[in-house]
Amino acid sequence: MRKVAVIGVGMTKFGLLFERDLSSMAVEAGSLAINDAGIEKKDVEVLYGGTMSGGLFSNQEHTGSLLADRMGLNVPSVRVEAACASGGLALRQGYIDIASGMHDIAVVGGVEKMTDTLNTTKVLATAADVEREAVFGATFPGLYAMMAKLHMHRYGTTEVQMADVSVKNHANAVHNKSAHFQKEISVDDVMRSQKIADPLKILDASPISDGAAALVLASEEKARELCDTPVWIAGSGHATDTISLHDREDITTLKATVAAAKQAYGQAHLTSKDIDVAEVHDCFTIAELMAIEDLGFVKKGASGKFTSEGNTKVGGKIPINPSGGLKAKGHPIGASGVAQAIEAVLQLRGDAGKRNTGAHTALTHNVGGSGGTAIVHIFKR
Amino acid sequence: MAIPRIWRQIEEKYNLVGTLCKDCKKKHFPPREVCSCGCYDLEKYRFLGKGEIVTYTVIRISSEDNEDTPFRNIPYVLAIVRLDEGPSLTAQIVQCSESELMIGKKVEMVFRKLLEKGEKGVIQYGYKFRIA
Repeated sequence: MRKVAVIGVGMTKFGLLFERDLSSMAVEAGSLAINDAGIEKKDVEVLYGGTMSGGLFSNQEHTGSLLADRMGLNVPSVRVEAACASGGLALRQGYIDIASGMHDIAVVGGVEKMTDTLNTTKVLATAADVEREAVFGATFPGLYAMMAKLHMHRYGTTEVQMADVSVKNHANAVHNKSAHFQKEISVDDVMRSQKIADPLKILDASPISDGAAALVLASEEKARELCDTPVWIAGSGHATDTISLHDREDITTLKATVAAAKQAYGQAHLTSKDIDVAEVHDCFTIAELMAIEDLGFVKKGASGKFTSEGNTKVGGKIPINPSGGLKAKGHPIGASGVAQAIEAVLQLRGDAGKRNTGAHTALTHNVGGSGGTAIVHIFKR
Repeated sequence: MAIPRIWRQIEEKYNLVGTLCKDCKKKHFPPREVCSCGCYDLEKYRFLGKGEIVTYTVIRISSEDNEDTPFRNIPYVLAIVRLDEGPSLTAQIVQCSESELMIGKKVEMVFRKLLEKGEKGVIQYGYKFRIA
């Protein structure tokens, strides 16, 4: 396997972008990444695009062809789908492609246009087991709420500790001009917000956002030739688990996260102690708490207290989601996994402005559905 | 949903029919084509419909699709139920007050309407649970 670097990044602003469609956002992100890498469009040999459901959100499938067409590129173009982990999986597929020696330069991206339908919750529920969960009334907030309920019952995690995740991520996003929300909130705001599925409230949940994000990946030889500040992909992990939450051995652990992290740490010859900053999949506040346990930053059951003590803030022991996370940066499903990698790259280059943590090693963690897929990447300067 | 899609799940959703692995004797619900032990030789197995609540939530905001009635009747209780025979499933808990809900509570299956597609659409039936 060859070494692979990220040599360019680009993303749209995330938010309610009613004036933008799927392909215009993807083209903006892709073009920004190509410019950032200082290469020409003709240098791009292959595209990988993560999107959960052009079909259900916008009545548009065949996005591999669509996005290559709109980019003005006639190169192999692969649409990658793994629900909310579509972007992270697109990155991994692009990484495997370059590492294998098949191509030298790839653009990997993610995009989702979520506001062209009035049925977002129903579309998202298709990432669950439609016949065994969704048909009985399971929604995504409902599935994560059931994880939260058991985590609270077993470990004494509180609603205020979950609110602290949301407050922290909103505070981080104030310094991120690409974020959906640049607005601080208080624990009181979270606690008083509308209940969606007990114990989760609307301010425990990531928003419905439009947006796109893209990276340029290059082989070691090309990266050294083209780029002064390559960020190396040191480890890549991908695991699956049962699609239904009810079939899991333990509902308070995402076994796919544990397995994907083990692969990535192993490949990078690192442990959780070596990670300086992480972007984790906080689609709901409980998901961030479970993630920092499953990734090994804190022992099982201790994440709530750890977070409330401020250890996951920028400047804390292990800053989590300095970008604002899915919660405040926004969660355009297919784009999220790629946007996490962009934050990792900006952190390692020292280009994250007031969010800079001075990190040498960064981790990203992207989850599909309620944990049926997990993708973990480790990046180094 | 096309009618055959509902029809072919009648045994599973009306009567909790799953599968039993003839080799390792593991019971599955919903039915599977292949056991986790690798065996393809499975037979039908009907579960008794008794179990306990593993975790639960009260859904207060649901899908915005006005054609699907279960999503309209909010709030409703959604739970993961572990059947006495081993497997777990996701189902609504009905006929209970929120104060009766508890992790570990014993529940039993009842037969109820799951989905209704408008006035002329097919009605889909299946399992829900109540406090035993």
